[in-house]
Amino acid sequence: MPLRRVLCLVAVGRWRHRFREGTHVSVNLSKGQGISLQKSDGAALTAVRMGLGWRAAPRRGLFGKRTKEIDLDASAVLFADKQPVDVVFFRHLVSDDGSVKHTGDNLVGGAGQGGDDEAIMVDLQRVPVHIDQIVFTVNSFTGQTFAEVENAFCRIVDETTGEELARYTLTGGGQYTAQIMAKVHRQGNGWQMTAIGEPANGRTFQDLMPTILPKL
Amino acid sequence: MTAELVRGQNHPLPGTRVEIRVSAGAPVIAGVTLNDQRGRMRDAGWTAHPAAPQLPGVEVSRQAAAVHHLAVDLDALPQDVHRVNILLALPSGPDFPPDFSALAAPFLAVTGLDGEEIASYTATGLSAESAVVALELYLRQGGWKVRAVGQGYAGGLAAMLADQGLAEAGALADTINEAVAAGMARSFGHAPQGPTRHTTAARTEPAQPTSPPPPPEGRPALGAQQPADGPGGTHGGGPIDYRHPRRATPASPSTPPPAPAGQPRPDTVPSQAGPPAQSGTGAQPGTAPQPGPVPGQPGGADSSQPVAGDAPGWSMEERLYNQVWGMFEDLARSVAAYRSAVDFADSRMDRELDSVLDDPRARVGPAAEAARAQAQAKRDALIEQAQAALERDTGRLEAESEVVEPALPPALARWDNPVWQAYEPPAEPPMALRVGDLSIPERAGLRIPMLVRLPLERGLWIDSGRPRGGESALVDADELRRLAQATATALAARIVAVHPADELTLHVIDPAGSAATALLPLVESGVLREPPAAGASGVARTLERLTQRVDLVQMAVRSRATDALPPDLDLADQLLIVHDFPHGFDDRAVNQLRYLADEGPSVGVSLLMVADREEARAYGPVLDPLWRSLLRLTPVPDDHLADPWVGHAWTYEPPLAPSGSQVVPQVLRRVVAARHSSGS
Repeated sequence: MPLRRVLCLVAVGRWRHRFREGTHVSVNLSKGQGISLQKSDGAALTAVRMGLGWRAAPRRGLFGKRTKEIDLDASAVLFADKQPVDVVFFRHLVSDDGSVKHTGDNLVGGAGQGGDDEAIMVDLQRVPVHIDQIVFTVNSFTGQTFAEVENAFCRIVDETTGEELARYTLTGGGQYTAQIMAKVHRQGNGWQMTAIGEPANGRTFQDLMPTILPKL
Repeated sequence: MTAELVRGQNHPLPGTRVEIRVSAGAPVIAGVTLNDQRGRMRDAGWTAHPAAPQLPGVEVSRQAAAVHHLAVDLDALPQDVHRVNILLALPSGPDFPPDFSALAAPFLAVTGLDGEEIASYTATGLSAESAVVALELYLRQGGWKVRAVGQGYAGGLAAMLADQGLAEAGALADTINEAVAAGMARSFGHAPQGPTRHTTAARTEPAQPTSPPPPPEGRPALGAQQPADGPGGTHGGGPIDYRHPRRATPASPSTPPPAPAGQPRPDTVPSQAGPPAQSGTGAQPGTAPQPGPVPGQPGGADSSQPVAGDAPGWSMEERLYNQVWGMFEDLARSVAAYRSAVDFADSRMDRELDSVLDDPRARVGPAAEAARAQAQAKRDALIEQAQAALERDTGRLEAESEVVEPALPPALARWDNPVWQAYEPPAEPPMALRVGDLSIPERAGLRIPMLVRLPLERGLWIDSGRPRGGESALVDADELRRLAQATATALAARIVAVHPADELTLHVIDPAGSAATALLPLVESGVLREPPAAGASGVARTLERLTQRVDLVQMAVRSRATDALPPDLDLADQLLIVHDFPHGFDDRAVNQLRYLADEGPSVGVSLLMVADREEARAYGPVLDPLWRSLLRLTPVPDDHLADPWVGHAWTYEPPLAPSGSQVVPQVLRRVVAARHSSGS
C-alpha cells in the first residue's frame, strides 16, 4: 500500500507557515549554500529530521475556491562515493541499515512543531560508514509542475530538541516536476547540509539520477 | 559487474526493463507465470507460453529454442503482480532429450537495456528433471529483484504448471507441446552455439562450493512477511558455537534484572488490545526502540543502561515481546549496514586496482605497488570503521539481551532460564511462544529469541531430512531423525506448558513407534492422555476425529450456533504431532492432514510435523502446498530463515533443554498435577 499524502491544506498550511517563521531562529540558506550541522552548543548532532513542505498555489478566477490537490513525494538517496546504495521513499520507508526513516503518513510531533508535509529522519550515528552523502528530493507523483506549488521548503531539525537548524525555501516555481532539495554530507567527523535547489523532471527518484549525480 | 547467482541467491535490478537471455544445450520451452502479493496466480490468464505467448510487459517465444531472449517491462505488467516466474521445460517427443541429465546446465543472464549483464545464473544440479523454475523477478520493498530458483520437476512441464497453480495443467502442457511441435519446423537449424556456452561451463565450477544451496521452497520469512529473500551469499565465518556462551551460569545473573515488575509471570493480565494478530508485528514502526535509547557515542557519556521491557505495550509480556522484535530488527539492520560497507569497500578496491591495471605503463614498478597498497589500505580502513560500528551496535544489543533474557516469562524464555524452575501452569495462554533462537554469523554469540504468535497461525514442521546447510553435515541420518523427534517433544512440551492446564489437548501419531523414546517425557508424565496412535488404523482414527472436530466447530461458528456443539466435544485447543510422515498414511489420510493444516489453525487445531520431505516424494507436487504452509524448523542449527526487513539468512537453533536437565519432565509433571487438582 503506497503511503501517499494527498494535500489540500491551503489555509492550514499558510497558518502553519507563519507559525513556524515566528518560533524558530534558523539559518535561511540560499541555493548552493552549506551549513555545518551541530547543536547550538557546538556538540555533534546525533539525529536530524529533514522536513519537506509545500502548498498548492491558490487558484485565481472562477471556481478559485475549488480544492486543489498536489501529491508530492519526498525521497532520500544514500550515496557511497557517488554510487547510490539505498533509497528511502514511500514504498521503502526505512533504509536497510535502519539509519534513514521516512515517516510516511505520520506528522511527527503534532501541531505544536509540525507543519512538515513529509519528514525523513536520519540517525546520523547509525549511517553506515561508507555512506558519505544523503540527497533529498521531492517529486510530483501526479505530474503537476512546481508552477502550481508555492513555498516549497526543506528544513533540517535537530531531532533531539526540535530546534530548526536551517531552512531552504524554493523561489520561483517553474515547469518542472521535481526538485533536488538538499544534501547532507560528511565533513570531517561531522555532517554538513547544503542547499541544492536544482529543478528536474521525473515521476520517481530514478528519473532524477542524471540531475543528482553532478551535484554530489 | 555481473552477479553470478547461486541457487536461492538474489540480486537487485537497477531498472524495470530487463532482458533475460536463456541458453540451453538443447531446444527448450520458455514460459512465464505471474503471481500476486500472496504468491497466487490471481488470473488464469497470468501465464505466457508458446500457445499464448503474450502478456502485458512480457512475451515469450512461440517455439522451443536453445536460445531465448525475453524482454520484460516490469512497469507494464498487470497491476498487483509481485512476482514473475521464468520457467523452462524440455518439449516432449522422441526428438528431444527426456531430461536435463545429459545436457549442459541451462544458463540465464539478466541484462539491462544497454546489454550490460546484471546477473546470471547457471541452473546446475538438474538430472531427472525435465522442467525447471529457473528465475523469479519479484517486488520487494518497492524495488525489483531477481532470484535464482532452480526448482526442477521430474514430472516435467505438467507438474511444474500444476505447482504454479494452473488449473488443468496436464491439458495445458499438451496444448503447449502441440504448439511447439507446430513451430518446430522453423526452429530447427537454429544452432544453439554462441560464446555463452563456453562461459556456462566456466561458471559452473566456482558456483557450486561458494554458497550452500538454500531449500528449494525458498527461505520463509519470519513474521510471515511476503517475499523472503535468499541469502546474499553470506555464509561461513568461523565455526558457530551452539552452546549458550552467555548463559553458562544461568542461576546467577551477575547483573540483577532491573525489570520494574521483577520476574513477570504469565498471570500479568495479557492484553486484549495487543498488536494485531496479523503477522509481522515486529515490523510496526512503533516497536523499534525509539531515539530515547540512542546508541551512545563510543566511549562517550552513555548513561542510558538497557532496561527490560523498554518498548511499547499494554503489559510487561507485550513490552518484552516488542522489545525482542526491536532487538531483532536492530541487529538485522546493523548487520546490513556492516555488510553493505564491506561490499562497498571491496568493490571500490577492485575498481581502483582495475584502474591501476588499465594503464600498461603503470602496471609494474614502485608507483603501481604504491597504488595497490593504497587501495588495500583504504579498504582495510573502511572495513575497520564498519567493524567498530558493528561492535558498538552489537555490544549494545548484547547488553540489552543480558537484561531482557532473565526477565522473560516462561513462554519466551529458554529452558535454562530459572523462570522454568519456578514454573506453574498459567491462567491464560501467552501471546507468543519462543520456538528457538536466531543468530547471524557476524555475532554468533548474540542470540535473538525467535517468537511466534499464539495461537499458531501456521503449523510447524521439524525437517528430519538431510540438511541443505553446511553445518550439520557431521550429523548422520539416524542422529538427525532422533534430534528431530527430540525437538518436536521439546516444542510440544513448551506449547502444553504455556497453556492453562486444561486448555490444550495433545495427540500424537507415531505409525511405526519409531519415536517412542523421544515421546517418553510426554507419555510418562501423563500429559498425553492416550498412547500415541500407531499403525494405519491409528493414523486414520486420529485424523478422522480431528477433521470432524474442525468441521463441527467451523459449522457452528459459521451458523453462529456454538451452543449446539455436542456436549462431549473437547473445547480445548488441539495439538497434533505427526511422526514419520508419510509412513502409515494413505491418500485419504494425506488429504485429511492437508485439510487440518489449512483449516485447523482458525479453529484451534495446530499441527507439529516431523518429516523428511524426500520420503514423501512419491506424492509429487500435491504436497508442496502443505510444506509451504508450515513453518520449517530444523533439528540442528541451520541458516534457512530470513528476517522480514532485510532478508538476511539467520541461523535457527531449536529450543532443546541442556543435556541432563530435568526441566522438561518436571514442568510436564506440574501440568498434570494442575489438571488433577482442577478435577479433569
